[in-house]
Amino acid sequence: MNLVLTAVAVLVVGAFLALRSARLGVVAAVTAGLMGLTASVRALLGGSIERWHVGWRVPYGAFAVELDALSAFFLALIFGLSALAAVYGDEYLAAWRGKKSLGAAWFFFNLLVASMAMVALARNGVLFLVAWELMALTSFFLVTFEDERDEVRAAGWTYLVASHLGTAFLLAMFVLLGRRNGSLDFNQFSVAPGGAGLLFVLALVGFGTKAGFMPLHVWLPEAHPAAPSHVSALMSGVMIKLGIYGLLRVLTFLGAPPAWFGWTLLAIGLASAVFGILFALAQHDLKRLLAYSSVENVGIIATGMGLGLLGVAHRQPGMAALGFGGALLHTLNHALFKGLLFLGTGAVAHGTGTRRLDQLGGVLRRMPVTGALFLLGAAAIAALPPLNGFAGEFLLYLAAYQAGTGSAGGLVMLGLAVIAALALVGGLVAATFAKAAGIVFLGEPRSEHVAHAHEPGWAMRGPMLVLAAGCVGVGLGAPWVLRALGPVIGSVGDGAGADMASAAGWLTAIVWAGVALMLVTVALVFLRRTLLTGRMVTVSETWGCGYTHPTARMQYTGSSFAQPLTELFAPLLRTRRHWLRETLTTETPDVASEGFFRPVFDGVEIALGRLRWLQHGRIQVYVLYIALTLLALLLWKLS
Amino acid sequence: MIPFVNILLALTLAPLMLGVINRVKARFAGRDGQPLFQAYFDLARLLRKGAVYSRATSWVFRAGPIVGLAAVLVTTAIVPLGGEPAPLPFPGDLVLLAYLLGLMRFVTVLAALDTGSSFEGMGASREVTFSALAEPALLLGLAALARQSGSLSLSKMYAALDFGAWWQSGPVLALVTAALAVVLLAENARIPVDDPNTHLELTMIHEVMVLDHSGPDFALILYGAALKLWVLGALLVGLIVPVRTGHAWLDLAAALAGMFVVAVAVGVVESSMARLRLLRVPQLLVGAGALAALALVLSLR
Repeated sequence: MNLVLTAVAVLVVGAFLALRSARLGVVAAVTAGLMGLTASVRALLGGSIERWHVGWRVPYGAFAVELDALSAFFLALIFGLSALAAVYGDEYLAAWRGKKSLGAAWFFFNLLVASMAMVALARNGVLFLVAWELMALTSFFLVTFEDERDEVRAAGWTYLVASHLGTAFLLAMFVLLGRRNGSLDFNQFSVAPGGAGLLFVLALVGFGTKAGFMPLHVWLPEAHPAAPSHVSALMSGVMIKLGIYGLLRVLTFLGAPPAWFGWTLLAIGLASAVFGILFALAQHDLKRLLAYSSVENVGIIATGMGLGLLGVAHRQPGMAALGFGGALLHTLNHALFKGLLFLGTGAVAHGTGTRRLDQLGGVLRRMPVTGALFLLGAAAIAALPPLNGFAGEFLLYLAAYQAGTGSAGGLVMLGLAVIAALALVGGLVAATFAKAAGIVFLGEPRSEHVAHAHEPGWAMRGPMLVLAAGCVGVGLGAPWVLRALGPVIGSVGDGAGADMASAAGWLTAIVWAGVALMLVTVALVFLRRTLLTGRMVTVSETWGCGYTHPTARMQYTGSSFAQPLTELFAPLLRTRRHWLRETLTTETPDVASEGFFRPVFDGVEIALGRLRWLQHGRIQVYVLYIALTLLALLLWKLS
Repeated sequence: MIPFVNILLALTLAPLMLGVINRVKARFAGRDGQPLFQAYFDLARLLRKGAVYSRATSWVFRAGPIVGLAAVLVTTAIVPLGGEPAPLPFPGDLVLLAYLLGLMRFVTVLAALDTGSSFEGMGASREVTFSALAEPALLLGLAALARQSGSLSLSKMYAALDFGAWWQSGPVLALVTAALAVVLLAENARIPVDDPNTHLELTMIHEVMVLDHSGPDFALILYGAALKLWVLGALLVGLIVPVRTGHAWLDLAAALAGMFVVAVAVGVVESSMARLRLLRVPQLLVGAGALAALALVLSLR
């Protein structure tokens, strides 16, 4: 506990030191990250709960913090990924040295990490909201780092509005909780049966906005691509997970969950997963593709939580453990491979100067390390054995199969829906990341950008290597990791934590299968090497089916690769085509944003536009407004 | 002992399936056709050759055939043949099967994209499209079987099937059979989804993806494809030939006869049908998924 709070203090001090020298900010972020990681992993494995409660002069506020297993798990993600992002960011931001204030960037970065840690630690409503708001503001300034670009400013604006709309729901939730319990301390919260429904919906909207649940995700594909890559990795890897943390934390107040909590979360999760990955598939910008894929992954996490809640509600502890276990493992996995993929994308953008898929190609030959690590991340996110993504999804499949085979009635239909959706999403993820990795790194260069591509330095490659090692390690150590996560779910899962050990047992077999797979692969490598020694191995052109002058422009592009699937799902995607003489371009704007939020906000703008006559720039009239307001208040107070 | 015979049979007899299919097709066309063991001859010939690699390719292209074959080799250890259990069954192995086949596909697709050829890109694009639709059919069909037997391990699921099960819940099993048959044809690049004979036309999927592989690499791909046909065939045989006498060797012989029947049936389908238009293939695959879902719903009774 002390070590975690010290780490937070180091971050805050580091933030101000960064204003003097940017390098000090990096050093502070890395030091604090390592300290916090050690402390939170120790707390997670040790299992003791530590509290700290200090009065605060803010009404209803208290500096109440606690380090339990649930907090420790998310803290480990926050500190671990932020340390790696800081190392990477130091080199990544060097390109802007002299053009931008790097000190300010590190100031906000350190404060962002500190505020995320405080969100996970806070046990008082006011403290939580302050940390939550600080997290939104600091990340806003990081998103708008390149504020000279129009689209970055627009993205930042969308992000700011969406964050605050979400926070408004959280404010309402805490006000309701506080009124019922007379205190905003988390340990005072208890909810009378029947009163939980409204609170759950408020939490779902408020935290769901941060997590990126469909259709509240609209800020995500705008803000994540706009931010510098190490910040995108941090936002996608852990910041949106704090929405998941918030939901889990609130569920601990709400008592035994009724079944409809589970159904709602499951429906939202499946919708987010399917829509998220479909939109990811249709993107042309690598970072936007990854951002939509985050929507999909958060959907998978929500599906797991839904399965877990339904297991609790239907008294099936085995299913609850598998659902929650899958959700938590996927949370960890997503932090690892999405962090890796965002950092890899940053390296590509850094080396080539573009993130547009259809201008890249053949980057692997110029950036062998980054390329190999990105391919590994792509395989991990496509849930291919023996990597970590498979272990998490395997648990969710098992939960769905248990629902579909071991029970009767509604749960069978649920199992059916989850299996069908997970299988479809699995296929689409494989397609999306075959496109992302294949079009960028393989084949021939599609434009001049690739010609001067170069591998980044070790400060950028090192963090990617660590994350890739994590993907392999968690894949092969999944049973042990899951056993360590047992206490995390303790209070939410109503005893499901105890079943986590048996859920971990299910994973042992896939670890052995993964080991077998690797051994067979190695054996085959040697077989081919032996076969080919002494024989003629020649290098030639790609077979062009008789055509002798192929050019790189004839290759399949990302858009053409995805076309059969986007065509198939055209009613959902509404991809637009623009013909301009002989060039065809397509774009797939967000359906939720175009179909719902834009009309609503346009409506609000028109309605408020009617009040514009109040504001015409004459100072005297404004003074009159103030005088009239004061007069009205005076009269109201006197009467 | 028997479980390891399963693997041995798969490793030795899988290429024979291709021979049987080709012979059936030749007979339908009024030809004598190639020898039954032609696939073995091809493998031996390819393994003796050198290799040609395209200038555009990287290590990914060379990793494709190896990882793909490794993945399908591991599946032979978890798929039962007939009612005989696989060597390494465990609960949830059906999910591993689906994802190992997914791994095989993923590396094949990446190897195809690595050549920079538009033909292979086209094949890769179609492969990911159709497999995304075939996967729900496979996993839902197996879910219906899992519900029948109350087990999540392929070996136990299939051991629980016998003629009595067909008597009791025939419609469910018939629907699953239909779904798995479509998956078998689609995943193994057979008519009506794909045509294994030609690879130069723009309508092809699997064959065009492996256009640039040669020598030992192509042998690994050919062998992997044969094993994949064997593994998915074994899933079908366990359903349609539910001979469970209690004598392991007798059951195994029945299952082998079943594999022969499956190969003949594939040959008959290939000879008597035309390839579907590419735009119609998704309808077929979604249809198979719907049949599998219906099987699961019917099993609710």
